Amino acid sequence: MNLVTPSYGLLFWTGITFCLLLLVLAKFVWKPVLNAVNARSQKIDEALLEAEKARQEMKSLHAENERILKEARAERDAILKEAKEAGAKMIEEARDKSKVEGAKLIEAAKAAIGSERNAAIADMKAQIASFSVDIAEAIVKESLASDEKQKALASKMVEDIKLN
Amino acid sequence: MAVFGSVAAIGAGLAVLGAGMGIGRIGGSAVEGIARNPEASGKIQTAMIIAAALIEGVALFGVVVGMLGANG
Amino acid sequence: MSRTTIIRFLSIVTFLVLVSFAGNATKEKKFDVTETIMHHIGDAHEWHLWGEGHSGTSIYLPVIIYDKELKIFSSSHFYHGRIMPVVDSLKPTEYLLGEGDAKGYALFHEKIYKVKDGALQFHGLHPHNAMPMDISITKNVLSLFIGAFILLLVMLSTSLYYKKNGAVAPKGIAKFIEPLIVYVRDEIVKPNIHGAKHTRYIGFITTVFFFILVNNLLGMIPVFPGGANLTGNISVTLFLAVCTLLVTVFSGNKNYWKHIFATPGVPWALLPIMIPIELVGIFTKPFALMIRLFANMTAGHIIVLSLISIIFINKSEAWGLLSVPMALFISVLEILVAFLQAYLFASLSALFIGAAVEEDHH
Repeated sequence: MNLVTPSYGLLFWTGITFCLLLLVLAKFVWKPVLNAVNARSQKIDEALLEAEKARQEMKSLHAENERILKEARAERDAILKEAKEAGAKMIEEARDKSKVEGAKLIEAAKAAIGSERNAAIADMKAQIASFSVDIAEAIVKESLASDEKQKALASKMVEDIKLN
Repeated sequence: MAVFGSVAAIGAGLAVLGAGMGIGRIGGSAVEGIARNPEASGKIQTAMIIAAALIEGVALFGVVVGMLGANG
Repeated sequence: MSRTTIIRFLSIVTFLVLVSFAGNATKEKKFDVTETIMHHIGDAHEWHLWGEGHSGTSIYLPVIIYDKELKIFSSSHFYHGRIMPVVDSLKPTEYLLGEGDAKGYALFHEKIYKVKDGALQFHGLHPHNAMPMDISITKNVLSLFIGAFILLLVMLSTSLYYKKNGAVAPKGIAKFIEPLIVYVRDEIVKPNIHGAKHTRYIGFITTVFFFILVNNLLGMIPVFPGGANLTGNISVTLFLAVCTLLVTVFSGNKNYWKHIFATPGVPWALLPIMIPIELVGIFTKPFALMIRLFANMTAGHIIVLSLISIIFINKSEAWGLLSVPMALFISVLEILVAFLQAYLFASLSALFIGAAVEEDHH
């Protein structure tokens, strides 16, 4: 029976001690400790969030870099292509131009050669004519030196004419 | 006193018997539950301990009444 | 602490218990198991360390009584007072008549009575003398103070750590205590008290948990600073249960009272039966809490003491080979029970409070 009869003394002291403990612990321990724990977990959450954000940023930055690189590459390719085209065109043009020039030059040369030749031929012709006249004069002088020869020539010419 | 003591002991024994059966059933069912659904083991454990404690409370009530008989 | 250290510690402790009991057994008086055990689990005005009777060593605690005026004196005035026999055919016993400052008072079964005509008047085994109001610092009260001191020391140093270092990862004692506090909040308070209201009850539940835990564990230490059966004392558990009852009743909302006075789904004709049942239910829940803690801790102490007593019942040290390992086993089990009971008291308190503040969601 003693065992299950509360004693006032112990009840009294338990009450005082427990209430004091409750006040002190709630004010100076549970609150600050749990606040610290909450603050810490919040800090950790924030840090995690930030890390995630940084990672995302890094990712986007990376993508941006990639894009810029790609663009640059494309631009480079375009420039190269353009340059190549321009070069080819220039070469083509130059070739065309040189062809035309060449042709012109050849034409001019041909013309010059032609005119020169013509002139030479004409000159030659004149020379030949004068030579032939000289030769003919000499020959005529020779062949017509006697009467027989004159008569033979005249008869031969008549014969030729008859044959024609 | 001697006689009271023996009767109280029988009472305490009976209380223990009932509580033992009850807690045994709880434990068995909890193990079964955990075996079927291992993910819920935490919740089952908590519920098991609380249910066992409630039964134990009743059993101890019997023991205390037995003690009262023994001391009175 | 490593496992070997714990085992070594426990074996030393068991050895000490053995030694302290061995002192008891030297006397020729017949060894009364019930009385020894009841003495050890009960309260006392002295803290008995070793030895027997007048030759023994005890800490005499101050007696504080209020009998028209406040009187404070050492309990040695009782324990060194005159031993008076109580004549009883079945169980002859004795009481202590106070001397010096304690003159006019007598101590019988650790209760203080006013002496009339130089002696106590017995009616069978119960004196019917008047009792002064006794608020002495008894063994249990001193144990309570020691427990509170340890709790404050540990908790304030934990709190100091955070004050010094801010919200950082804990080290040292804070590393040990913080998970316990967080456990109480996350596993005991939060699941039972729903919503943001739970913050209001964290203080109470956590204090109850640590108060019970520290005193349970202190009770498991068999030598001086521990060993008092404080949480196995009905006065302490009564106070804690009353606290839970008051918190539950005063934080009960409209929904809670509606469930008591007009339980939904119950025909009104049954209400005259239901209301008294529900009203009784308000009190039985904390009552069960009180009995549970009291009976569990007392039972633990009784089992350990009974096992050790086997040696003295059989008057042979050889039985120690059996009883000491068994007592050790039970002691280890009791450490588990110390945690379990603290958890249960806090958990069930939270459950009752949670039911009282639950919002209607039918």
